[in-house]
Amino acid sequence: MLLPSVLAPLAGGRSGLEVAADGPLPVGRLLDELAGNYPALGRRLRDETGSVRRFVNVYVSGVEIRRLQGLGTEVSPGQEVLIIQSVAGG
Amino acid sequence: MGAMASEENFVLAIGTKKGLWLATSPDRRSWSLSGPHFLMSEIPSIGIDTRDGKTRILVGVRSEHWGPTVFHSDDLGASWNEPEQGAIRFPEDTGAALERVWQIYPDAESRPGVVWAGCEPISVWKSTDGGEHFELNRGLWDHPHRSEWGSGYGGAAAHSIVVHPDGERVHVAMSTGGVYRSKDGGQSWDARNKGISAYFNPDPYPEFGQCVHKIAADSAVDGRLYAQNHHGVYRTDDDAETWESIAEGLPADFGFVMLTHPHRAGTAWVIPLKADGERIPPEGKLAVHRTDDAGVTWKRLDEGLPGSEFNAVLRDAACVDTAEPAGVYFGTRGGSVYASADEGEHFTEVASHLPDVLCVRAAQVVGAPVPA
Repeated sequence: MLLPSVLAPLAGGRSGLEVAADGPLPVGRLLDELAGNYPALGRRLRDETGSVRRFVNVYVSGVEIRRLQGLGTEVSPGQEVLIIQSVAGG
Repeated sequence: MGAMASEENFVLAIGTKKGLWLATSPDRRSWSLSGPHFLMSEIPSIGIDTRDGKTRILVGVRSEHWGPTVFHSDDLGASWNEPEQGAIRFPEDTGAALERVWQIYPDAESRPGVVWAGCEPISVWKSTDGGEHFELNRGLWDHPHRSEWGSGYGGAAAHSIVVHPDGERVHVAMSTGGVYRSKDGGQSWDARNKGISAYFNPDPYPEFGQCVHKIAADSAVDGRLYAQNHHGVYRTDDDAETWESIAEGLPADFGFVMLTHPHRAGTAWVIPLKADGERIPPEGKLAVHRTDDAGVTWKRLDEGLPGSEFNAVLRDAACVDTAEPAGVYFGTRGGSVYASADEGEHFTEVASHLPDVLCVRAAQVVGAPVPA
């Protein structure tokens, strides 16, 4: 999983994280894993209801998960998940 | 050279749309500014807790991307901490998510560690550990009026919390919903808006639904509170059972700010704006208005303020300190911040050209913030 550099301090200074998996996992499970290890980071990405924050985009193989199956989008071993903040604010 | 760590200073925390600044002064007249902290995050709420001989600055922080959270600093901003799981989290059964922390209110000296928070969506929270973990007030959350509460332009929030020294009586104001009172420490709540106009409603005097912008308690008269409403300035002398207008003598009855004196009866400040549809200082001239007789008469105060100003002052972008005479502070949406060491008689500029000022809080502390 690749994080924006601004969030790296919340992941022990790393902007790239690996999640061990035997087979395909839904994105939601990957984010659960990440939040379990780094709770403050997890809160930046999803709210208390588990929804991905409005201006956070999660890409699986270059496609944003809202265009796929949302948090149910499956990620295969070796696939890359990219988290990018959207263009927002003034 | 910075101030000695043991010296007493006044600290003014300035929350803006794009970060937090800390201003320091030994005399409330000359100020030095440090910051920004949390650059590019909105700071909609600040609480400075000076109880128990310590200073803790609590700030509501909200990133457009990464959501809301609460940070605290026990070293005047040299370092900031947040609980890993977050200080304020809606319980799962509510199905709600925190949008913004609008108010952080350290309770009375006699209840150290107790801190209240008012949030969006409309909710009140209480911490007993100095603001590190808050618990949702279920009485207000489950209130039968909830489905009829509305959203003001800035969002649907509980923005004012006033706790009586007895700890049992608590008043909350929300936009839109009005004033609610608890007589049992927050377990149950009743709407208390009799006499407050909701002119935008088919029934202009409903039980609830008023757009109260800010309430504040008179520190020396039991049962007396003041309210700046969405048009209308009011006082109650019976613990919010009934409200009466005290707007006569003001240039306008619209505005967001309501401040009360930390010690003296009958003294309050407002910063009028012309109207709902014209949210600028009347005639484009910025002024604070003070009453010393509980709203019977008002005095215009503008010495040291600019001759021309077209920016509004938001509800929490004004505060008082607890010194004698009381200091009065406010900031504009144009990023100017002013301080008065003499209850508003004279103002000096603390900062200018900051982002929109959302909130300010001042306190007398030992030491001084180091440059961010």
